Amino acid sequence: MSMESTMDSQMMPSKTGNPNMAAIARRQRWQDVFFHRLTQSFSLLVLVALLGIIASLFINAWPAFYKFGVNFIWRVEWDVVNEEFGAAIAITGTLLSAGIAMLIAVPLAFGIALFLTETCPVWLRRPLGTAIELLAAVPSIIYGMFGLFVFAPLFADYFQMPVQQLIGSMPLIGWLVGGATNGIGILAAGIILAFMVLPFVAAVMRDVFAIVPPILRESAYGLGCTTWEVVRGVVLPYTQKGVIGGVMLGLGRALGETMAVTFVIGNAQRMPSSLFSPGTSIASTLANEFGEAVDFHVATLFALAFLLFVITFVVLAAAKILLMRAERAKGF
Amino acid sequence: MAHDNSTNGMNNALYKQRQRTNAIGLTLSMTAMVLGLAVLLWILFVLFSNGFKALDWNIFTQSTPAPGTEGGGLANAIVGSLMMVGFAVLVSTPIGVLAGVYLAEYGDTSKTAEVTRFVTDIMLSAPSIVLGLFVYAIAVATVGHFSGWAGSLALSLIAVPVVVRTTENMLRLVPGSLREAAFALGAPRWKVSTLVTLRAARSGVLTGLLLAIARISGETAPLLFTALNNQFYSTDMSGPIANLPVVIYQFALSPYDNWIRLAWGGALLITLSVLVLNIVARVFLREKTPV
Repeated sequence: MSMESTMDSQMMPSKTGNPNMAAIARRQRWQDVFFHRLTQSFSLLVLVALLGIIASLFINAWPAFYKFGVNFIWRVEWDVVNEEFGAAIAITGTLLSAGIAMLIAVPLAFGIALFLTETCPVWLRRPLGTAIELLAAVPSIIYGMFGLFVFAPLFADYFQMPVQQLIGSMPLIGWLVGGATNGIGILAAGIILAFMVLPFVAAVMRDVFAIVPPILRESAYGLGCTTWEVVRGVVLPYTQKGVIGGVMLGLGRALGETMAVTFVIGNAQRMPSSLFSPGTSIASTLANEFGEAVDFHVATLFALAFLLFVITFVVLAAAKILLMRAERAKGF
Repeated sequence: MAHDNSTNGMNNALYKQRQRTNAIGLTLSMTAMVLGLAVLLWILFVLFSNGFKALDWNIFTQSTPAPGTEGGGLANAIVGSLMMVGFAVLVSTPIGVLAGVYLAEYGDTSKTAEVTRFVTDIMLSAPSIVLGLFVYAIAVATVGHFSGWAGSLALSLIAVPVVVRTTENMLRLVPGSLREAAFALGAPRWKVSTLVTLRAARSGVLTGLLLAIARISGETAPLLFTALNNQFYSTDMSGPIANLPVVIYQFALSPYDNWIRLAWGGALLITLSVLVLNIVARVFLREKTPV
């Protein structure tokens, strides 16, 4: 809209008959068109990159998909020597570890966001909020090292062993805590992942809570609601979509995380038989095996990468759509 | 109300009940905050205490030691990381800033801009190891050997979305009156964008760059199959090159105490630089926000 009007004003002098001005105006118009196309092509690079990623992953993965078909996703097998591959083990590990991480991180993140927006003294809000944001920036390999060297030994001694002694022999739930108690496995990976996505999810939730119009909050308080009732009855319903979007954003990160998981998941190509047993995720399989893979093995790893990209893409797209809707609701 | 007196007892009980729920809820929330901060402080404490033990002058002057030997440092990895991050920034700055300008200037009406914005946001959180595999396919497998350039390319893929989004957001903060004043003087659109809007949002754009640098300097996964690693000091970007994240990854998983010590030292160096970059970016932004 503003573009049209400026162009008109630039063309104006030509009508007054000054040839010099007309030339300038024409030149500027070409420059503008050039500038428009230039910036546009740069922004299209992002789209090209996305299409390139999907295409190149799929092409490189084609031998695997061609051999196993859709069954590749369900096959519980990973035999490098006999070239029998299936994605089920890695997908299970990915979903389990990310699921555990979200089960732990979401309630904690909700508590933190609630504290930061409702009960925290105002002078403390900014430093605490900044601390959470800074912690979201700590590289994930640090979480991995922490998990392997500090968390795993403590986790084995003070959680796995007592819990296994307590409920390990119980029927129905005993199998959940079976296996070796060396501190490394699916559950440990899930907990480390939870630490990693916690600041991230908390920061998004806090931002989402902050879009609730003060007038809604204040009228609820005015009716005599307690803080808890305001959060349950006003803030949460109002920010529902945004909260779910934030959770899915965290889930997207957790699913694709490599370093925090690789250190502690155990990297075993076996179907996990309990929460303590070692497993593997798609990302950690890639990190561990891609360096030494040859021929057909490479294709299967590309197939895993393709699946991971598709899964995270869907989760992140859903998150983005929900967050966009939440943002739009802000106007009302 | 008329029946107020008769239900007074019940109201009181209800009132108590509500207060109790409130107290429980808020206590749980505070516990979550304390727990979250405690865990995160614990991680930082472990990092600092192990990292400072490893820090000495040799880390900056000597190259990575052979397996099982004493001494050595991380000089080759630090130089390699700086070079790769530097080139990644050189590549992603023009792309990211110009794409951000497009989204802010022409993005309101165009459908392509909307799609681009959506995709950029998804690429912000895309699994970085998959991006590494992609770069392996196009820049390592085709050439036949690992290279620092490939590593740089993988890092740029991660940095560009960060730069695009912050640039766009910062440009949108520039008051419309500035833009309109320039238009009223007859300035063409490209001049308004580059000499007025972009200049007004300069510090914001710079903040985006700092955040992008912070983001890519800790990335390990995309470098595993692109830059690989190099035991020796090398500044040749067309061959495999040592870099801090991959060195940390390999050393931390090794059985040698000296390597594990160096891994903690490297981890501390990376975290410190990431945190400092983030803090500088914040201070910078707070002082010079164009609003």
